[in-house]
Amino acid sequence: MPLAGPVIRFLAWTVDLACILAASFLLDRVLRAVQVVQPDAASALSILGYFVLSTGYPMALEWLWRGRTVGKRLLGLRVVDEEGLRLQFSQVAVRNLLRAVDSLPVFYLVGGATCFASAKAQRLGDYAAGTVVARSLRMAPPDLESLGPAPYNSLKAFPHLAARLRRRVSADEAALALQCLLRRDRLEPEARLRLFKELADRFRSMVKFPDEAVGGIPDEHYVRNVVELVYGKE
Amino acid sequence: MILNLREFIAKETPRWRRPEDLLGRMESDPGFRMGLEELKELHELYLRASADLERVATFAAAPDLRRYLESLVARAYGEIHETRGKSRRPAPFHWFFRTFPRTFRRHLNLFLLAVAVVLAGGGFGGYAVLADPYAKEALLPFPHLLLDPAERVAREESKGKGVHAGEEEDPLRGGKATFSAYLMTHNTRVSILLMAMGITWGAGTVVLLFYNGVVLGAVTADYVAAGQGEFLVGWLLPHGSVEIPAFLLAGQCGLLLGGTLMGRGSRKSLKARLRATGRDVTTLLGGAALLLAWAGLVEAFLSQYHEPVLPYSVKIGFGVAETVLLAGFLGFSGSGGGKPREGAPS
Repeated sequence: MPLAGPVIRFLAWTVDLACILAASFLLDRVLRAVQVVQPDAASALSILGYFVLSTGYPMALEWLWRGRTVGKRLLGLRVVDEEGLRLQFSQVAVRNLLRAVDSLPVFYLVGGATCFASAKAQRLGDYAAGTVVARSLRMAPPDLESLGPAPYNSLKAFPHLAARLRRRVSADEAALALQCLLRRDRLEPEARLRLFKELADRFRSMVKFPDEAVGGIPDEHYVRNVVELVYGKE
Repeated sequence: MILNLREFIAKETPRWRRPEDLLGRMESDPGFRMGLEELKELHELYLRASADLERVATFAAAPDLRRYLESLVARAYGEIHETRGKSRRPAPFHWFFRTFPRTFRRHLNLFLLAVAVVLAGGGFGGYAVLADPYAKEALLPFPHLLLDPAERVAREESKGKGVHAGEEEDPLRGGKATFSAYLMTHNTRVSILLMAMGITWGAGTVVLLFYNGVVLGAVTADYVAAGQGEFLVGWLLPHGSVEIPAFLLAGQCGLLLGGTLMGRGSRKSLKARLRATGRDVTTLLGGAALLLAWAGLVEAFLSQYHEPVLPYSVKIGFGVAETVLLAGFLGFSGSGGGKPREGAPS
């Protein structure tokens, strides 16, 4: 599972902090009624309420929602056991209690630094609890529709060469080519030409198609044909 | 075989949606429990998703799809292959009267180490104040502790006389609950820090314990040297008999964490050691927090009253009773027969 880095985790934490502050504010409003009759009790409840919220909110939600708080849900993050097993309460408790050190000296500098240095992007609390924060992924099929209507693909006339090309193109190269095509309109003309020339030269070096298939085809068209072959668009 | 990705996704997506729904429900609804048929279905779908992942990884250029299936398979794996003791319904009484004291006794050596560190700090603090009166200003963090002990005692007792005679209003009136809440939360935060500092291989915990010992030792030496020992005991013992052991418990936690990181005498890997001690750390700190809640109440509602409002003998007697009860509880509660609950440490 892809791991979440310190920046996105910090953003999730700011959302959670906003939730805690909002809940504290609501609690204060409610306690104003008590304050009229018992100001001392209202003040005590306010102090205890904020403490319970700030300490208990992440623990309670991560336990009940299997590793997610409001901030984590919004940003598609989830706390998971390092070995893929179910999260235990003691893990949730330990990783949150160690925020006391991770948040030192201010704004989670210690935790952030540890996250950057760790291969698994773990802060000290994650390290002690044996957890990592992963990104939840939605289904994301390749978005070929946004390329627009497909022009004739001359490479399909040579199925055995097309099959060879599909085998040789790596997943990352195909994804890169697709992204370049999707963002082509945002590129400067010179950069666009240079980029597709590099891609096309790369793909041409993998499999040589006959001249009748590729002769005169612009580099961008060639890359598009390759992407369609790889992703199997009909 | 070359995979036609578009067809593959169209065909398999409905099958991926079902485990996604089940897992999503488990993650959002804490009360959701799968029946046997749903479990079997999840297991089968997990195996199919694993096979699909294998196909995508081998034959298709689709890193996003591969990552999605990896995520789905990993989540399902976690639910299906968890073999550790399942969490039972919370049993607070069992936890407090058996699990907590047993956990304390299991790591008694670390508690005694924490006591030794605090005593060492106390010795240092006491010696420093006796050897150099100016050391008080450097060592003591609270302004009221910098006052001359005799002067402070006279002031407190004079206030008390006025209140006792009905001539003055109780200065603590209308603020005890707030003070109590402040003490509970502040002391619990300090305890959490004591425990968390164990991540520095226990060094941070040792430093904090030593420092707290220094303060305690300095105050004790100052008041005893000024002949105000009775006032000091009467003031500190009612809440200190519970609060100080609670801090020591938090120190015990921190040393447990530090010792786990060091792993001396253990053949287990660091990961295995940390997994094994996580529950004990949580238990000890939870127990410490409860004790601090009690100590906060006592300190705010009892300890601040002195003679003649509340005789020192009453306060000291109360403190001694608490000490005996706490020692008995931690030393003996939960001992003796009885099978440990499944999933709970003995």
